[in-house]
Order: sequence, then C-alpha cells, then structure tokens
Amino acid sequence: MAITLSASDVPSPPLSARLSPPQVWGIVLLVPYLLVFLAFVVYPVGYGLWLARHPSSYVALYNDPIFARAAVNTLIFLVIGINIKMLIALFLSGFFAQQRPWIRWLSVIFILPWAVPSIPTILSVRFMLNPEWGVINQLIFKFTGDDGPNWLNDPAVALAMAIGVHIWKSLPFWTLILLTGRLAIPHDLYEASDVDGANWWQKFRYITWPSMQTLYITCTLLSMIWTLGDFNSVYLLTGGGPADLTHVLSTLGIRYLRLDQLSLAMASIVCAMPFVLPLVYYMMKRLSR
Amino acid sequence: MKLPTLREVGTEAKLLLIGIPVFIWTMIPIYHMFVFAISPKEDAFTGKLWPTHPTLHNFSIVFHQQHYFLRDFWIQFWNSAVIALAVGALTLFVATAAAFSISRLRVPGGRAVMNLALFTYFIPAAFLAVPMYRTMGTYGLLNNHWSLILAMVTIAAPYAIWVLKQASDKLPVELDEAATMDGATTLQLFRLVYVPLMMPSLVAVGTYAILLAWNEYLYAFLLLSKDTDITLPVALGNFLAADDSPWELLMTTGFIYALPPAAVYYAFKRYMVGGLTAGAVKS
Repeated sequence: MAITLSASDVPSPPLSARLSPPQVWGIVLLVPYLLVFLAFVVYPVGYGLWLARHPSSYVALYNDPIFARAAVNTLIFLVIGINIKMLIALFLSGFFAQQRPWIRWLSVIFILPWAVPSIPTILSVRFMLNPEWGVINQLIFKFTGDDGPNWLNDPAVALAMAIGVHIWKSLPFWTLILLTGRLAIPHDLYEASDVDGANWWQKFRYITWPSMQTLYITCTLLSMIWTLGDFNSVYLLTGGGPADLTHVLSTLGIRYLRLDQLSLAMASIVCAMPFVLPLVYYMMKRLSR
Repeated sequence: MKLPTLREVGTEAKLLLIGIPVFIWTMIPIYHMFVFAISPKEDAFTGKLWPTHPTLHNFSIVFHQQHYFLRDFWIQFWNSAVIALAVGALTLFVATAAAFSISRLRVPGGRAVMNLALFTYFIPAAFLAVPMYRTMGTYGLLNNHWSLILAMVTIAAPYAIWVLKQASDKLPVELDEAATMDGATTLQLFRLVYVPLMMPSLVAVGTYAILLAWNEYLYAFLLLSKDTDITLPVALGNFLAADDSPWELLMTTGFIYALPPAAVYYAFKRYMVGGLTAGAVKS
C-alpha cells in the first residue's frame, strides 16, 4: 500500500528518469483503448471461460444432436462455401482487371452488396424463396403450372441458400482485395509471355498465381475466421430451421443464450477454439509485421 | 474508323458472357426489394417483374408511421443514427490516441497492445456476443444505448488502430523531430502535425466505424429490446416474427435503411479504397 501511494503521489526519481514526457503522454493516450479492452474483452472472455469450466457442459453438448449438426454445417459452410467464394473472387478479379469503360461501371454496381446493410437484402431473398408468395415459385407456377419446392424447408437446400447469401454479400469485398493484388503484378511480365506465345492458362499458372498465392491463402484463412462469426446469413434466412437443422456455431451460441443455457453457449464456442486460435494467431503474426 | 477484328469481337463477347450474369446476380435481391417498395399492396404478391401501377404510397406510409409495425419508425431511425455517430466519434478518439501513442511516441509495450487489438479483431464477433451480453447485464447497461455503443467501439477499435498505425508509420520521423525542435509539446505535435496529416485515414476509419454500427444487427438485437430503444435493423427483424407481416412495408423500410450507408460508402469510396481495402490484407 505504501509503495503504491509513493509511486502515484510523489513521482519517484527512477520513474521520471526512465520516462520522458512524450512517453508519459504515450501511456496516457493508450489508456482509453486499454480500458475498453479490459472492460469489454478481457472481462467478458474470462467470465465466459469461467462459465464454461464444467465438464458436464461438454457432455451435454456432446449429447445434443443439434450441436453435432451445427458443427457439421459450420464445416460445410467454411470448407465448401468459402472455397467456392474465393475461387469465384479469383476468377472475377481477372475479369475486373480488364480495362473497359463498361467494366469500370459494372465494378461500381458490383460493390453494392458490400455497401448496403445485410438485413434488408437477406430478408428480400427470404421473401423470394417463400413457397406460396415468393417471386421464384410464382414464376415456376406461371411457366410450368406446378408448385415450386418449399425451398427453406429442406435443410440441405436451406443451408445452400444461406451459403449463397453469404457469398452474395462478401464476394465483392474479396474480389476487390484480389484485384488489388492482381493489379500490382508488373504488366511487362504478361507482355513478355505474349511474345513467347503463352496461352491464358500458362499466364495464370506461371505469372498470376505465383505472385498472388500468399494473398489468396491469407484471404481464404481470414474469410474463414470471419465467416465463423457470420450470424446474419443463417439466422435471418432460415432462423436455424427447419427443426434446428441449419444452425452454425454462431447461431447455435445465440440459441443457447436465448434458452438461458449460457454455460452451453460458452462451451460450444470453446469447442471451436482449437480451430480458431491457430488461425487467429497466424493472422495476427502476419498483420503485426 | 477501323472495324473491330473478329478476335476482338470474340473477346468482348466472352467478357459480356461473364459481365451479364455478374450484373444479374448482384442486382436480383436489391431489385426485388425495390420492386416491393414501389408496389401497391395488391400488386406485391403477384410475382410481376415490374408493378402495373408503381407508387410511392409505401414510402408515405413509412414516413407517416401509419402502420402498427412502423409506429416508432422515426425514433428507431434516430436511435440508429445517434448510435452510429457516437460509435464513429468514440472509435476515432480511442483509436487515434492509441495509434499516435504506439506509432509516433513508441510507448513501451505498444507493440503488445497492437497485438492484443489484432487478436480481438480476429475473434468472430458472434462468439464475443455471448459473454458480452452477460457482461453488459453485470454492468447494468442492458437496454441502454451505451451498451451497444461501447460494444461496437470494442469491435471497431482494433481495426481502426491497425489502419491508423499503418498510415502513421509512413509519416517521416523528421516531422516530429522538427516540431519538437521548434518547441512543440506532445499535445501540440498531436493536434497541429499529426491529426492534419492523418486526415484521409481518419475519414476512412470514422466512416468504417459509422457504417459498422449502422449495419449491426446481432449486438443491437441482443442488447436492446424496448420498441423505442431499438435500432432500425432490429425493428426489421421483429417484423418477421409476425405471420401477417406487410412485406411491401418491410421492404420499403429496408430500402430506406439501406440508402444512407450506400450513399456514405460511395461518397467516401475514394478514402475507403485507399485507406481500408489496400491495407486490409498485406501480401
């Protein structure tokens, strides 16, 4: 007690000798963020981990078929959904790299899904897929006279639609990032390869891909981490239904929270950590360089 | 005038073959929303690609709050705007101070703080939401706008600090040295040298935080519940809960809600592209 008092009340010679005025200011200016970090990251995470300490929560999770299903859905979402998205983004970045006035205009429109909030557009898709009044089934009825399928009532189709909504929303962002990478490749490399008579695949294989692969892989990993937190695409489109078969980990955590099973919610998140933390650590190392 | 060769026509056709599907794919949900917004109620459900009698009546209903679901439209709009602006201002304050301290003053431990912030940036927001909800309850902030504002600052600040730190690392050290030689104090350095030079990045970061907060659904839906407290996206979500939801009004409200962020995005695109996307992933 006496030591803390003397350090704060009377500036002790060693402290003021070590810290110059700019450094004191440096510490003062860091305080706002540190407060936010302590109050809204450290404390909640610590508290959450403490809630998830009982092995019985994990047993309960293990016995909950919805959790297993959500884990599988999350894997499908990440492994299939993200890779399809990134491949399309890679392809489209080549398309948008073409110098044409109309492609410039298209790129302005193309960014719209990223620029508008996700809620109205997801609800718009949800209405399109409505079995009775949705525009898709209306058109199917008009042209074939048959009733269209009940889209969101089939778990596989519903999950695919949620992935589709996710791709719709975030494809422009990743295409733009990959486009930046593509435009950074020196143009004379392509001119030289033209002289050598390379076809488009050889150009991609030996020029584009080698200079973009690090960026591409980083983007894929980053997109996977972020997609784990994509609550909206699933929750607003399917609500986890039918019969809780289309949950992913992020919506499942919120479902447990709404059912007041907070320890289960935290336990389900802790289960994802062995996969998330290595990715997070890798990305942190990359970006802090 | 030179006629295009067959090869050029072929390339153009191939590009169009990609461009047209891309255009349709991008526009479908937005166009669908727009058609609903300008359709009278009886036209909305007939599956037409363009309404027979386009009307702005839906907008008038929303603006005059003439429906049970819309009775708090303006106050919810106001909530969204105030929260977004508060998040933008607070994030700018917290992040600029931290970036200046880490990058220019080279405070001891600054690098560790940067890493902690980046760590937070990569934790999926939906995972943090669960303990955050309980914590806000402990702090007694649930159903209070401050809970959403502080939660969004927590989420926006790490990336903001990172972007600002990247940008301020590029400013030459000689600037600070020269200013200090002329007798500038640290605060004068911050106010008269640092902030003016960082303006483009500050605009980008402020815009980023404002859009993030305006667009947020999950946290808003967890932390706020009273009809007069919630933000627009939560109100849109609540629309769905009812079976007799008036879709055309929901889509109209959604359209109005989507306009400001789209306008802000395009207005600040210059800053966003320079400040954010290029820095988002370093290769």
